[in-house]
Amino acid sequence: MITPGPIHYLVVSALLLVTGTLGVLLRRNLIVILMSIELILNSVNINLVVFSHLHSQENGQAFALMVMAVAVSEAAVGLALLIALYRNRGTILADELDLLKW
Amino acid sequence: MLGTILFYTFSVLTVGSAILTITRRNVVMSAVWLIASLLGVAGLFLLQGAEFLFVAQLILYIGGVVLLILIALMLVSAQQPTETKRFRKGWPLVLAVGLLLGGELIFVFTRAALPAATAAAQVSGANTESVADTLFAHYLAAFEVASVILLVAIIGAVVMGQRREEHQA
Repeated sequence: MITPGPIHYLVVSALLLVTGTLGVLLRRNLIVILMSIELILNSVNINLVVFSHLHSQENGQAFALMVMAVAVSEAAVGLALLIALYRNRGTILADELDLLKW
Repeated sequence: MLGTILFYTFSVLTVGSAILTITRRNVVMSAVWLIASLLGVAGLFLLQGAEFLFVAQLILYIGGVVLLILIALMLVSAQQPTETKRFRKGWPLVLAVGLLLGGELIFVFTRAALPAATAAAQVSGANTESVADTLFAHYLAAFEVASVILLVAIIGAVVMGQRREEHQA
């Protein structure tokens, strides 16, 4: 095993980003799409923390806190929209919501 | 040596659970694997010396966001017929493009010349203390804006979530 450096953390973050992106693009269930967005935001946070540690500055961690605040707001509003959507349309499958499609 | 073992453990936990999150048929199982993945990310934060973010990750994400997702799931998914198809049409193409993107990112990262690590200028105190110093000394405006964003999110969630009886046709 190689001793992990910043590159290793970046590779883990890239894998998490790709997994989250595939989740957004592939899944039909809107709740799983919201979970995938959380995965993407977490991969960004890993990057910020790694570079914060590399340069011995706390700026990156402050940025990561901001990302967390926005992620929590996004989850709350997203889930409220999803419940309103389910009440009006009776489905949470992304490919059945085609009202705006021509 | 212990740090190396912990890094690989947390990495496998993070990425493996993330893959399980997006592939489970049952959405509740997806949420459970999401918890495992977020725990792995929290462990990576701890290995990078970000203790405050580690605790924030546990409380905010696992205690807050995942719980919220599970509650929304109870409101929505109980009446939902079981999902027959998990993935959209044309998923092999999307999967191929996603794997291409991943390969490209890893190719670039393994060839990147990162700047050398900067040594700490002075012996700083605990991590929580220094994060608070940075946050309130340099990013006070952003901190206040974040509180406004949270307020707007609360109001937005309440407005979106309430039932409107008078518009029922």
